[in-house]
Amino acid sequence: MDPNMVNAGDMNGSGNLMDFLDEPFPDVGTYEDFHTIDWLREKSRDTDRHRKITSKSKESIWEFIKSLLDAWSGWVVMLLIGLLAGTLAGVIDLAVDWMTDLKEGVCLSAFWYSHEQCCWTSNETTFDDRDKCPQWQKWSELLVSQSEGASAYILNYFLYIMWALCFAFLAVSLVRVFAPYACGSGIPEIKTILSGFIIRGYLGKWTLLIKTVTLVLVVSSGLSLGKEGPLVHVACCCGNFFSSLFSKYSKNEGKRREVLSAAAAAGVSVAFGAPIGGVLFSLEEVSYYFPLKTLWRSFFAALVAAFTLRSINPFGNSRLVLFYVEYHTPWYMAELFPFILLGVFGGLWGTLFIRCNIAWCRRRKTTRLGKYPVLEVIVITAITAIIAYPNPYTRRSTSELISELFNDCGALESSQLCDYINDPNMTRPVDDIPDRPAGPGVYSAMWQLALALVFKIVITIFTFGMKIPSGLFIPSMAVGAMAGRMVGIGVEQLAYHHHDWIIFRNWCRPGADCVTPGLYAMVGAAACLGGVTRMTVSLVVIMFELTGGLEYIVPLMAAAVTSKWVADAFGKEGIYEAHIHLNGYPFLDVKDEFTHRTLATDVMRPRRGEAPLSVLTQDSMTVEDVETLIKETDYNGFPVVVSKDSERLIGFAQRRELILAIKNARQRQDGVVSNSIVYFTEDPPELPPNSPHPLKLRRILNLSPFTVTDHTPMETVVDIFRKLGLRQCLVTRSGRLLGIITKKDVLRHMAQMANQDPESIMFN
Amino acid sequence: AVTIFQLTCAHSVTLTLLSSVKNSEDVRCKCICPPYKDHSGHIYNKNVSQKDCDCLHVVEPMPVPGPDVEAYCLRCECKYEERSSVTIKVTIIIYLSILGLLLLYMVYLTLVEPILKSGFLPLQDHQPFANAHDVLARSRSRANVLNKVEYAQQRWKLQVQEQRKSVFDRHVVLS
Repeated sequence: MDPNMVNAGDMNGSGNLMDFLDEPFPDVGTYEDFHTIDWLREKSRDTDRHRKITSKSKESIWEFIKSLLDAWSGWVVMLLIGLLAGTLAGVIDLAVDWMTDLKEGVCLSAFWYSHEQCCWTSNETTFDDRDKCPQWQKWSELLVSQSEGASAYILNYFLYIMWALCFAFLAVSLVRVFAPYACGSGIPEIKTILSGFIIRGYLGKWTLLIKTVTLVLVVSSGLSLGKEGPLVHVACCCGNFFSSLFSKYSKNEGKRREVLSAAAAAGVSVAFGAPIGGVLFSLEEVSYYFPLKTLWRSFFAALVAAFTLRSINPFGNSRLVLFYVEYHTPWYMAELFPFILLGVFGGLWGTLFIRCNIAWCRRRKTTRLGKYPVLEVIVITAITAIIAYPNPYTRRSTSELISELFNDCGALESSQLCDYINDPNMTRPVDDIPDRPAGPGVYSAMWQLALALVFKIVITIFTFGMKIPSGLFIPSMAVGAMAGRMVGIGVEQLAYHHHDWIIFRNWCRPGADCVTPGLYAMVGAAACLGGVTRMTVSLVVIMFELTGGLEYIVPLMAAAVTSKWVADAFGKEGIYEAHIHLNGYPFLDVKDEFTHRTLATDVMRPRRGEAPLSVLTQDSMTVEDVETLIKETDYNGFPVVVSKDSERLIGFAQRRELILAIKNARQRQDGVVSNSIVYFTEDPPELPPNSPHPLKLRRILNLSPFTVTDHTPMETVVDIFRKLGLRQCLVTRSGRLLGIITKKDVLRHMAQMANQDPESIMFN
Repeated sequence: AVTIFQLTCAHSVTLTLLSSVKNSEDVRCKCICPPYKDHSGHIYNKNVSQKDCDCLHVVEPMPVPGPDVEAYCLRCECKYEERSSVTIKVTIIIYLSILGLLLLYMVYLTLVEPILKSGFLPLQDHQPFANAHDVLARSRSRANVLNKVEYAQQRWKLQVQEQRKSVFDRHVVLS
């Protein structure tokens, strides 16, 4: 009994306001859950709609205005998406800022202020302790009135762990109870959805609400994850919500995916403050078909979102991202060597991370570990909090860590990382400090960074993929930034102490500012991010939009290219493609190359020895025959042939539409019984007298199914599937129907050719 | 769920309006001066306009005598910053209220509703919304608003249960 098949005739008389509570009546043309859409049909339906509006617009002024509104509705949707995505990103940033500091203390004058905001107006801040003020107190000060000493430290430690556990537990409970689709990063599933797959509820309102709320909780809990991937999911949910308000997009799945591509661009734009990078990310990573119209609209949505976020001003300095840096110290050719080394490190780390993470996620999927999601989250949070607190570089939020690592050390910094031995007679202005020898603070900072690096590398493998919203960009950038900074400090000290070596002599004179460790941190961050996600152009553009330094494009490109080469040498898939394969989504990647010499006959169904193809005939089957055929098989569609003898192809009929049409006919039309003949031709066939009324189903027949001959090489077939977005393709020889190739068969064949398990492709 | 969105849209409008309201406390000029000779480093905050945001206006009292002022000020870095305290307050309070509402609803759905509906603690069934199927199977007598709301809620619960099965139990999506 399918509870979704409710007769809408039962509900009467409550008015249109309450109609949104009614079950939407599934009509011909919608798709079932976990099925692929028919791109060609969606495109032709949109062309029909457009033609109808254009022809009607000549009739009256009102129709003309309606056609104008229809043309502008795309831009209105983009505007709304940008506004809502920017607002939600601002809310998330402000709330994360506050809740992260809540683990350590509270602002007494106004509890809604984070640490920095609380001490904003205070006059008691000192140079060495820029965040100390009497209004903000740590928990130990509040509870036992002690701020130093072992008992205060232990109390702070304990409360830090308690708050982290509380946030993580709340997050996973909310996800579990309200919106299970809100977990994970979201980008693999959005890639699959944009390629034509339907996952109902994945971009729904509850998913949006829960993802936003729980994202704040998990980022504040100190877990090693980021919010960029989930922000893309949030922006796509906004896109889905607004596109359902306009019938142009709500009724056409193909047009809706154009809106979702643009929404993904807006999501990355607010995550990084990089509108151009967002558009390129949507083009390169997320979208499947990206027509030029979408490019301009994505840019518009990304700009509106960035502008909205900037007007909310979450970081108090009109910047969009916490780690926007703006220095312009030049780099030197000889530094390309350590940059390339960082690229190699990024590629190696990317490979290591992908292999380990996929192995762990596979274990979570298949063994008993997957039965305890809440317990898993709590244990990982506890481990993270216990190990993170003692090290000052992991205690603070990852974004702040990256910000500190990206920053250059001027005379004004007082952190340990900038504890250089200053020449007291130095009179240089602020941003041209020459290279200096490292003080003891720098050495201890290097040790702590090394430990933090190892910790982050290990813990992120276990954190990504848990049943909470989790992103990957910030942890990768943190790993890269730590490695880069350490390399940078090493090179700087080497240049200072050995400035007479050949490699340094030419460009690094004593007393000059040659090496900028902050730049090495940026390059390392780009290398690691590129090694994991295999982004190319979009990565470089995001990084230089993040930093505002066009001078650094060459080092960033060098590192990104190196890391991609090194990582591709070990495995062709980025982290998102690897997760798509792990889940078995039917995603036909445009980046894969099919280079085998198989033919269509090798892949088509039925194979030799299998049952013959289930077909419908043009006018010789009864309603009962059709219903039996539908019940006994679970194919998504049936080819229609002239007759069982001649097997010449007429068209293709979808299972869902057959079911609906027969059900409608039985209820509505008179005289249609089980013995009625079903015909797909224009005119009813010759019937003996006293036979029941025949049923005409020509309108659900697709008269132009795609066919290939049996000797078509599979390379061409795969290309056709990719470029046209087909779901199935019929195989004929001399006009006679031989078999059928579905998208699943193509994916299985590709998996087989790559020596992977073909049975791992699930779904239809 | 739709009302929550109306809230969010109203909130975004409010935010853009509020961000234009400036509290006098919300602007400042922050000057950071590093250690110089035998004076230690210091941070100076003052509420001045952007054109007055430099060392001479903000650093008071000047710790160094007259001839050294220029050398001292050359090292200082002054930045003009503004924030919107109203935005922060409104955002945090709205976020906490939405979080609180969700928590209350979660507690109601998981603990209170099963007790009310069946009169005993459902110890054997750990899945929330376990009774959604029963409610849907029962026939409805009248189609009034309350029944419609309840019916919509049960339909939503069924959808969430399906999602939970796919994600948590069968691990077919989002593993």
